Amino acid sequence: MAYEKVNELNLKDTELCLGLPGRTEEIKEEQEVSCVKSNNKRQFEDTREEEESTPPTKTQIVGWPPVRSSRKNNNSVSYVKVSMDGAPYLRKIDLKTYKNYPELLKALENMFKVTIGEYCEREGYKGSGFVPTYEDKDGDWMLVGDVPWDMFSSSCKRLRIMKGSDAPALDSSL
Amino acid sequence: MTQDRSEMSEDDDDQQSSPLDLPSTAIASSSTPNKSRNCISSSVTLKSQTFPDHVLENVLENVLQFLDSRCDRNAASLVCKSWWRVEALTRSEVFIGNCYALSPARLTQRFKRVRSLVLKGKPRFADFNLMPPDWGANFAPWVSTMAKAYPWLEKVDLKRMFVTDDDLALLADSFPGFKELILVCCEGFGTSGIAIVTNKCRKLKVLDLIESEVTDDEVDWISCFPEDVTCLESLAFDCVEAPINFKALEGLVARSPFLKKLRLNRFVSLVELHRLLLGAPQLTSLGTGSFSHDEEPRSEQEPDYAAAFRACKSVVCLSGFRELMPEYLPAIFPVCANLTSLNFSYANISPDMFKPIILNCHKLQVFWALDSICDEGLQAVAATCKELRELRIFPFDPREDSEGPVSELGLQAISEGCRKLESILYFCQRMTNAAVIAMSENCPELTVFRLCIMGRHRPDHVTGKPMDEGFGAIVKNCKKLTRLAVSGLLTDQAFRYMGEYGKLVRTLSVAFAGDSDMALRHVLEGCPRLQKLEIRDSPFGDVALRSGMHRYYNMRFVWMSACSLSKGCCKDIARVMPNLVVEVIGSDDDDDNRDYVETLYMYRSLDGPRNDAPKFVTIL
Repeated sequence: MAYEKVNELNLKDTELCLGLPGRTEEIKEEQEVSCVKSNNKRQFEDTREEEESTPPTKTQIVGWPPVRSSRKNNNSVSYVKVSMDGAPYLRKIDLKTYKNYPELLKALENMFKVTIGEYCEREGYKGSGFVPTYEDKDGDWMLVGDVPWDMFSSSCKRLRIMKGSDAPALDSSL
Repeated sequence: MTQDRSEMSEDDDDQQSSPLDLPSTAIASSSTPNKSRNCISSSVTLKSQTFPDHVLENVLENVLQFLDSRCDRNAASLVCKSWWRVEALTRSEVFIGNCYALSPARLTQRFKRVRSLVLKGKPRFADFNLMPPDWGANFAPWVSTMAKAYPWLEKVDLKRMFVTDDDLALLADSFPGFKELILVCCEGFGTSGIAIVTNKCRKLKVLDLIESEVTDDEVDWISCFPEDVTCLESLAFDCVEAPINFKALEGLVARSPFLKKLRLNRFVSLVELHRLLLGAPQLTSLGTGSFSHDEEPRSEQEPDYAAAFRACKSVVCLSGFRELMPEYLPAIFPVCANLTSLNFSYANISPDMFKPIILNCHKLQVFWALDSICDEGLQAVAATCKELRELRIFPFDPREDSEGPVSELGLQAISEGCRKLESILYFCQRMTNAAVIAMSENCPELTVFRLCIMGRHRPDHVTGKPMDEGFGAIVKNCKKLTRLAVSGLLTDQAFRYMGEYGKLVRTLSVAFAGDSDMALRHVLEGCPRLQKLEIRDSPFGDVALRSGMHRYYNMRFVWMSACSLSKGCCKDIARVMPNLVVEVIGSDDDDDNRDYVETLYMYRSLDGPRNDAPKFVTIL
């Protein structure tokens, strides 16, 4: 158990417990270790690895927050359809698995075995022949990359990779 | 209360609040020696009774069989020996809140004509990996005892029990009139066990698998239903993580004219759902499956999904959306206005996609969702759903320090818009006392208040104060409150409030809260209706535990893990209270000499300690 200092009151000082002073940290360690050992189910990932200096209060604790594991499995999904001009099959991808545009574009390139190239603000995807576009929540078709990633991923309803020569002039100033 | 609420129920809500569960009645009656022990001999003496007694019992039997509520039945059974006997003969539905409170033999000895059994096993904290697997709660001894005693058994409803395929096979073989199987949060069985049930239980009306772990034995259980017209009224398999034979399912639905409730798993695609809906417009409750596609050929015309939903004029309960493709969400528009229950809790929907839907749902009473709808989405709920009774908001990202899309703003909005609210479960990252107090004042009908501030010991994020006043206001103002779960930074003061005002509280859930033993003492001394107490990681020790000894026989269970209890104290309590089973649960390599108790789980029992305890459980 760890306690924060709240309003200069260190709650740990007023805690009643058995055993000698200094034992509570030991107990906490034992608790976490023994809980971990008996846990056959999915573990939390410790996502705080980058903050080495944070106190133990930030470590993930078994069973907290109290969400059943069946709920955690399905968290990731935010599927959108992806079509490419000329390809016979539609695919679907989960936008949440990507953190930024380069990752998404790379995944699309792998999926459809094409090269899309890099986004360039003024000229779009010059030279590759493929233009990734998306339909946003308002029904407008936009060029992938025009808006910040977060805005894109929350408003994208479907993706379409157009062949460069067929793509209508998408005015990125819209 | 919609009839679907108990199906959606993920936790231990009892629909009836019963101050006298079966075991306590039996305990009370066993203290006057004649009643519970003599049921066999009293039936023998029936023949030698005088004629008027016989008439009286016949009359009583005819009257008592109309008594449904188990509360009333428990009371009636305490009137006198004669009433006890007749009540036992006429009770057809038995509820057992803790499978270890009594043995199966005691059940079958007392009640002779049982048609329906509701049985609960593991304590709720087992859901969160706080208990090693293989702890117990086996269905096997129950089914084997009932197989001999209750050939006319029709319904079994289990929660958090360990059920094997063999158990299901025995069930299917032993009860020719079997009608309803409901397994909530159970495990231990697979699709092969389910196949036996679907094949042999010819009168099956209800097969509901809810939040259970079902192993994929690669058995086509849907095809095992008999070929002729079925009696099926409800089929729920959304938790089954195994592909199904869709053609067989389509055929099954086509020959199930009474089917009203259908909950598909994520292996049923949107196209398949469309076909099913066109064939089953009489459905009232629908779990939509994945609500998405896999690969699909480009040339095919997209089916008109909205038309299929338009045809389902009776759908009032909608769930599923297990792999939602948001662009298809508008297909459900035609049913929104009729919905009384909507479960979006597996769908990561943004506020922009959510708002157009919810604005149509004026009749909604039960709503479950992920916090991805944000405070903005909750405000839309508050503006539209004036009939809302139950709200559950689950975290999309269940970690302590993640971004919190919902906060006190959402809670405040709900409290202002949904005045009829009775039950709330709300996960968030930050909260204020003011919002909680507002809810306590705006929603006087609240019976269940469960707030989970995911950061441990987190105070009111505006004032920096503990959350004592907020929870205090809840227990004080919500006069009907029976269930409470607390979180955030809480001092002993919060518990003082609970003890002073929480007079109807039956279930209390505490985690990372309180300063001292006094906190627990306030609750044990002040809450007379307390039945179920679950505590983790709080600084409560032996003094507190001892202070509740006058209560433990009147409670269903007490769970305390990662507190400050000693084995010595637990042993003392076990010695002084012989009808209390005191389990100390540790991990496998526990040092037996260690005095520290990692997990205490104790409960009253009429038949002493169980004989199936695994080695990591020590019964004191």
